[in-house]
Amino acid sequence: MKQITIISGKGGTGKTSITAAFASLAENTVFADCDVDAADLHLIFKPEIKKTIHFHGLKIATIDKDKCIDCKKCNELCKFDAIRENIEIINESCEGCGVCAYVCPVKAIDMVDRDSGFAYISETRFGPLSHAALKTAEEASGKLVTLVRDNAKDIAEENEKDLIIIDGPPGIGCPVIASITGVDLVLIVTEPTISAIHDLERVHSVANHFKITPVVCINKYDINLDNSEKIENYCRENNILIVGKLPYDNSVTKAMVDEKNIIEYSNGSFSKEIVNMWEKVKERLII
Amino acid sequence: MIISVASGKGGTGKTTIATNLALSLDDAQFIDCDVEEPNANIFLKAKIDKSEDVTVSYPKIDKTKCDYCGKCSEFCAYNAIAVVPSNILVFPELCHSCGGCELVCPKKAVDWNERSIGKVEHGKRDGIDFCHGLLNVGEMQAVPVIKALKKNIDKSRNLIIDAPPGTSCPVIESINISDYCILVTEPTPFGLHDLKLAAEVVKHLKIPFGVIINRDGIGDNNVEFYCKNENIPILMKIPQSDLIASLYSKGIPYVEESIDFQKKFIELFEKINGLVNK
Repeated sequence: MKQITIISGKGGTGKTSITAAFASLAENTVFADCDVDAADLHLIFKPEIKKTIHFHGLKIATIDKDKCIDCKKCNELCKFDAIRENIEIINESCEGCGVCAYVCPVKAIDMVDRDSGFAYISETRFGPLSHAALKTAEEASGKLVTLVRDNAKDIAEENEKDLIIIDGPPGIGCPVIASITGVDLVLIVTEPTISAIHDLERVHSVANHFKITPVVCINKYDINLDNSEKIENYCRENNILIVGKLPYDNSVTKAMVDEKNIIEYSNGSFSKEIVNMWEKVKERLII
Repeated sequence: MIISVASGKGGTGKTTIATNLALSLDDAQFIDCDVEEPNANIFLKAKIDKSEDVTVSYPKIDKTKCDYCGKCSEFCAYNAIAVVPSNILVFPELCHSCGGCELVCPKKAVDWNERSIGKVEHGKRDGIDFCHGLLNVGEMQAVPVIKALKKNIDKSRNLIIDAPPGTSCPVIESINISDYCILVTEPTPFGLHDLKLAAEVVKHLKIPFGVIINRDGIGDNNVEFYCKNENIPILMKIPQSDLIASLYSKGIPYVEESIDFQKKFIELFEKINGLVNK
């Protein structure tokens, strides 16, 4: 079983639209939406949720004010400034380390499970989808990404699937690292803007750091041909295969408004480019 | 006044709005809190004249004192310490520097090392005092770099914060001190869905906010309906435009090309000023 993650560094370059389009082309595949902060893939997949799993991220401190003797040891020792001088917990700042509960001389502090969100396993018209929703202002999205990936792997193994396609988050930090560790290939979606090129270089370094082979898709390549050439040069110098060059096409947005992927929406030239790209990705994945 | 620019969905135009707004004011401070992928200086072009390391501490175990009792490993909520019968391993990139291992160690075998996870760079351009953070490649934790950035805030001045995308810890750390938050979105189903999530976050933090619709005209009208139903002010609409997209792709702020746009951003600032000081 193979795994591929679609990432970008910069947000809004087209990760989810491309993942959704691949869904119409990939056979015997499980899908995973690892952008748990701002998950959008379900808007196209329209999943029927089969299983909901409560996700508890890091623990959180709670204080029993009746027991508290106001010694302020917890406030002094909290490295996250999560306990106010009047011994109130700032929930968004607590990282669940447990130091306050340990130092409290009257055992007024308990570390309790935090309801941080939900992981879901769903059926869709493209096959099984593993996805999640992080609750408002919760931490530990990296941990939730790992749960989504573990769920996807379990489904894939149980059902003898050949491939897991993972829609990744933007950035280069914890959730991105959790989304790409151990996969066979990353597809970096970029666009010919100076910002996106800068971000491509950084996210490529992350892929290198974890020794994962990257391939690149230049989305909206025709909005700035000079910059597209810069991306092509960069890829050549770094031995990165460019699997697709997609033109700017408003039908991608129209398909989204229609809750479809581009392959379902139109059989025009853009969709043909996606099919070509998918063939190249398959070749690289050896499936 | 502290104005942060956030979005939920990436690529909606946070950096565009934040940089053009800062350039339209005479004397602003600007902090780019997207330490994973900082792009603001592509547009602001501040000359970087100072750089400092952001370090975090992690435990250094004195193996002559350690008797491998395992208490530190048991206590650590982040699995950053593993103890086997005759050895102890520390995983610095998992450590949150809470200090718990030192507290629970009965042999006083825990001391601290510092390591760099990124840097903060400072620069100037005309009236703008600029700084941004850069998380090192392979590092997990953006929050300590954002915290280091926020130490540079001069409360006597107007401050524009460019936040990272998403809704979790790095976003909250970037915007929690704001007087006002601008949420930038695009008029598409993805834009609307992520706008709703971002709105939940700013409401939770009790920060007043309004919406800017970027690339107006590319999708549908549901963002507008949502804002009207929820009584969220729409601060500005920027039409889909090849010219704007082309300037963006080259790293050129459009207030530099158009006095009209500069006026619109000054009006935006005045509008927010009015809303905050109401």
